[in-house]
Amino acid sequence: MKKFTKLGAVSALSLIVGASAAFAENIKIGFIDPLSGPFASTGTNGLHQYEFAVDYMVNDKGGVLDGKNFEVIGFDNKTSPKESLIQLQVAIDQGVRYIVQGNSSGVAAAITEAIDKHNRRNPDSRVLFLNYAAVDPSLTNEKCNFWHFRFDANADIKMDALTDVIARDEGIKKVYIIGQDYSFGKSVAEAAVEMLGEKRPDIEVVGNELHPIGKVKDFTPYSRKVISSGADAVITGNWGADMLGIGKSVIENGFEGPIYTYYAAGSGMTAAFGESGKGRIRLIAQGSINPIASEEARDLYNAFLEKYPEGNIDQSRIFNSIGMLARAIEEAGTADDVVAVASKLEGMEYETMWGGTMYMRPQDHQVIQDMYVGVHTDEDVEFDFDSSGFGIVTESVVEMASKDIATTCEMKRP
Amino acid sequence: MELILVNLIDGLVTGLLLFMLSAGLTLIFSMMGVLNFAHASFYMLGAYFAYQISIALGFWMGLLLAPIIVGVLGAGVERYGLRRVHQYGHVPELIFTFGLALLIEELVQFIWGKNQMPYNVPEILNFTAFSIAGNSIPAFKIFMIFVSVGIFVGLLFVLTKTRVGMIIQAALSYPRTVEALGHNVPLIFMGVFGVGTALAGLAGVIAGPVLGTFPGMAFVLGSIVFVTIVIGGLGSLWGALVASLLIGWLTTFAKSYNVRMEDILNGIGFSTPENMGESALRDLWTITSPQIADILPYILMVLILIFRPAGLFGKRHQ
Amino acid sequence: MTDQITTDPSKPSQRMRAGSMTITVLPWVAGAIALAVMPAIFTSNSALTIMNQMWITVVFALAYNMLLGQGGMLSFGHAVYAGVGGFACMHIMNMSDFFAAMPLPVLPIFGGLFGMGMAMIVGSFSTRNAGTVFAMISLGVGELIAACSVIIVAFFGGEEGISGDRTYAMPFFGNEFLQQIDVYYLTSFWVLVSAILMYLWSRTPVGRMANAVRDNPERAEFLGYSARWVRFYSFTASGFFAGVAGGLFAINYEILTEENLNTASSGVILLVTFLGGVGFFFGPIIGAIAFTLLQTVLSLQTELWAFYAGVLFLATVMFFPGGLAGLLMMHVPVFKLGHARSLVMPYLKTLLPAAIGLLGLAALVEMTFHFRHAALGDDEMTVFWTTFDTHTILPWIIAGVVTLVGLGIARATAPSLKEAWSAANTAPPVTTAKGGAA
Repeated sequence: MKKFTKLGAVSALSLIVGASAAFAENIKIGFIDPLSGPFASTGTNGLHQYEFAVDYMVNDKGGVLDGKNFEVIGFDNKTSPKESLIQLQVAIDQGVRYIVQGNSSGVAAAITEAIDKHNRRNPDSRVLFLNYAAVDPSLTNEKCNFWHFRFDANADIKMDALTDVIARDEGIKKVYIIGQDYSFGKSVAEAAVEMLGEKRPDIEVVGNELHPIGKVKDFTPYSRKVISSGADAVITGNWGADMLGIGKSVIENGFEGPIYTYYAAGSGMTAAFGESGKGRIRLIAQGSINPIASEEARDLYNAFLEKYPEGNIDQSRIFNSIGMLARAIEEAGTADDVVAVASKLEGMEYETMWGGTMYMRPQDHQVIQDMYVGVHTDEDVEFDFDSSGFGIVTESVVEMASKDIATTCEMKRP
Repeated sequence: MELILVNLIDGLVTGLLLFMLSAGLTLIFSMMGVLNFAHASFYMLGAYFAYQISIALGFWMGLLLAPIIVGVLGAGVERYGLRRVHQYGHVPELIFTFGLALLIEELVQFIWGKNQMPYNVPEILNFTAFSIAGNSIPAFKIFMIFVSVGIFVGLLFVLTKTRVGMIIQAALSYPRTVEALGHNVPLIFMGVFGVGTALAGLAGVIAGPVLGTFPGMAFVLGSIVFVTIVIGGLGSLWGALVASLLIGWLTTFAKSYNVRMEDILNGIGFSTPENMGESALRDLWTITSPQIADILPYILMVLILIFRPAGLFGKRHQ
Repeated sequence: MTDQITTDPSKPSQRMRAGSMTITVLPWVAGAIALAVMPAIFTSNSALTIMNQMWITVVFALAYNMLLGQGGMLSFGHAVYAGVGGFACMHIMNMSDFFAAMPLPVLPIFGGLFGMGMAMIVGSFSTRNAGTVFAMISLGVGELIAACSVIIVAFFGGEEGISGDRTYAMPFFGNEFLQQIDVYYLTSFWVLVSAILMYLWSRTPVGRMANAVRDNPERAEFLGYSARWVRFYSFTASGFFAGVAGGLFAINYEILTEENLNTASSGVILLVTFLGGVGFFFGPIIGAIAFTLLQTVLSLQTELWAFYAGVLFLATVMFFPGGLAGLLMMHVPVFKLGHARSLVMPYLKTLLPAAIGLLGLAALVEMTFHFRHAALGDDEMTVFWTTFDTHTILPWIIAGVVTLVGLGIARATAPSLKEAWSAANTAPPVTTAKGGAA
């Protein structure tokens, strides 16, 4: 809230002009994600983590380039591509040169394309796009461009790590894949079928289906199919209410096996699963929270809890993106020339406090990092989610997951 | 075979839940001509109130109190909001409920935040009633069936066997005449609106633990309630019941069985094109029934409106 | 009494009613000048983007009002026609050979034609009935097409939508539409043209019959007009202009997604049109401007923008069912009577304290929100250029007092405003006598 420059309502339009005129010393980071509407909880939590990350990791330590501070400005895109593009323009006019966004790959695709066009048409006010959570593989493949950097593992990499773990479990003979009916859901399903086929040809995919995104009220019919198929494990890329819906429904209706997920933690979901999901829900993430990867991370998490006692750090990549950006700006010696900063980000190797090394691949701007598969439980949990006593405890690690994964990206450098 | 039985039960639960929402709405709609867009918002309020009460007093007090509070709120909305707007016509009334829905969602977020609430099935009902071929039927679902059937029987009794019900039915068709006979029609309107929203609240109380209690729960429900009452025929309680069950079973079965468009098209004599990847119609060929399950009711509604505008059980042509 | 007033050609304000050409041309010229001058006042790219968004909404809302205001048809799925027009334009943009031979400003016509084609298909069965049946068919069709947008990837591009690049069009007098300002003038041109055409449409016999069918379909039938065909023509024309709006959207954003079709967009346009006022031709224009400011500019200031929007809609519908345009037009008789000046002071006395009171109330709401949801230790907030600690009592007292005093004064002075209002609306004997003499 603090960062929402409250200027009042003299003339609604002229205040934007005014804001653009007031050039400040701070390095501005525009956070474009839903802050109102159905996905607001994810967006607001992300904004809190970003605000905390810049204060704790950069500003409190003296800033970058001899005392310049980072400043995160929230822009509400209401999960709409149209609003995102308007807010992107507003952000650029306010002097923002670094855009962070993560919720919805559709929005990310719109933003990355708009930024590419903007940078081509306006070489004076180029911006970088730091994508912290949109995982559609196409963003670092056919849709890749020089301005886009992804700090999250893409859907294929996550599936690679998940299937590594599934392949180790001899008890799993049949899996059921279910996801949301859109580009991300489809790429999860494709990757799962392909990778399971390679790693464990004996595993049978007994179901592979898509359901309408955000529209299903009752998942019971789907979970009936899961159960009657005799599946030993379920794989789903669902998020938000769809994740909670399918998870609760299969468990309630008698499914006994594990559920492998991408996004089944935080934002109230861990609390809502509670006891019923214990030992059942597994989730792929980067960074280990239980056990915590380093003392540095423990201090940071405790400081975060002091500020947001109800909050979770469920997106450690936010901290990585700020850490890497700060280092790239230091190395480039400038924050205004984003081409220089981008060149420093390319190929950067960064020791993260959440465990392991991050490597920003120059050929497609996809970060390569250790992936962790954790389980939802209330045992050995130091940092729980949603103040529920339940949290994610790391079970296995895949080091530098998919570091040689193929890309179709043909990077055009300015 | 067992799966059919399981699906019948699941569809019944979905349908009866829908019925609790549409029963109140169909009375409101036919009596006042209001497309109450905020109806689903009262359903959401029911779930949130019940959650709040259940923390302090337990689930059963929530079940009892939350619908009453929602009903009183609904009656208040009618008395101080809708009645004022009524004089301007139907479109302003509709916009009023539209704005109200927006406002309620914002208020809920304001008070309870944006996250999902841990509102759960009470311990006493948290067990498996019985299983059919490995598919467990939770006891809470059986409880839901009993509650909604009880509501239906109660409503039917009140509407057809009591004096109040007679007056309401008369006011549905001839409000002026009823008023001339000395009945307080505005009070009847308020009462019906209150009871209708209370039913929506009750649906929220028992659906919240199963379908999730979050600020988007009204939005997810969307306009399906209107579809139900239009298919059933405006103002008809039986119509609402039949349409609800129809929609419940239709969507449940469509989701449970993977009927592919390709098979249907092949069945009626079209052959699959050679180069599916190239064809502009490829997406039509690969549609499966679960993908379109949730829009089937809308297709049904459009067809019914074209061929029988009064709905299945409707008497009057609007 | 109104008839008496209009018969006095000696008063300039009443001459306007007498049918001279000035009335029809003047507002359009003023509008054109305003459109041309705006970029000189608001120069930043974001202001241009927001204004583009406004004008697109204006076209869409005017098209929608052809149905709702002029034809009395309530549609819950009108975004479909704008969306289909926009998607068609996007596909044209991606047909590189064809697009390279076409100047960009022509593109919205194609949007309009596709929107119209879609409207003709749907209208062929939906316009047989008016009222609830029409509304529910529009809802069903809207949901259907919105669902198709995710399923039929070949045309709608799924969740990511379809994107293109407007600069590949044939240069238009050397202009490749690289910058926002170029797009702004293109959009402005189309807004003006569409608005004029829609206005002229409302003056044609078909446009007039739409009003007749809205008010009394039976009598219209007795006059020999088929109510169904009149509705169909209105629907088709409305679909055309909605498609134009979609085409403008495609040029502006260079991407079309599922949100251009979904029922939420259809609902928004209904709200926008109603907020502006359905009873007047220019109502939707005001509504579009107000709503875009609310959605895009207010949301920069506060997360609670949707809350304020909800309150505004409720207040409008409860107290000014004619919308913002109706509110403005209430003052026309006062101006005609030459009594406008007598209202200035009472307005100041009531509305100024009321506005201050409401701002105080908004401050209280924001403070409560901050108090409940801000991080621990983050006690400071800034409202109306003032930074303070929400965990101390003083700001609450100040905001509370401002609210109470502001609203209290407004309440106390409201009766005298009412009196002044009715006095201003009563024609004094002198004017009437003069009118009679003429």
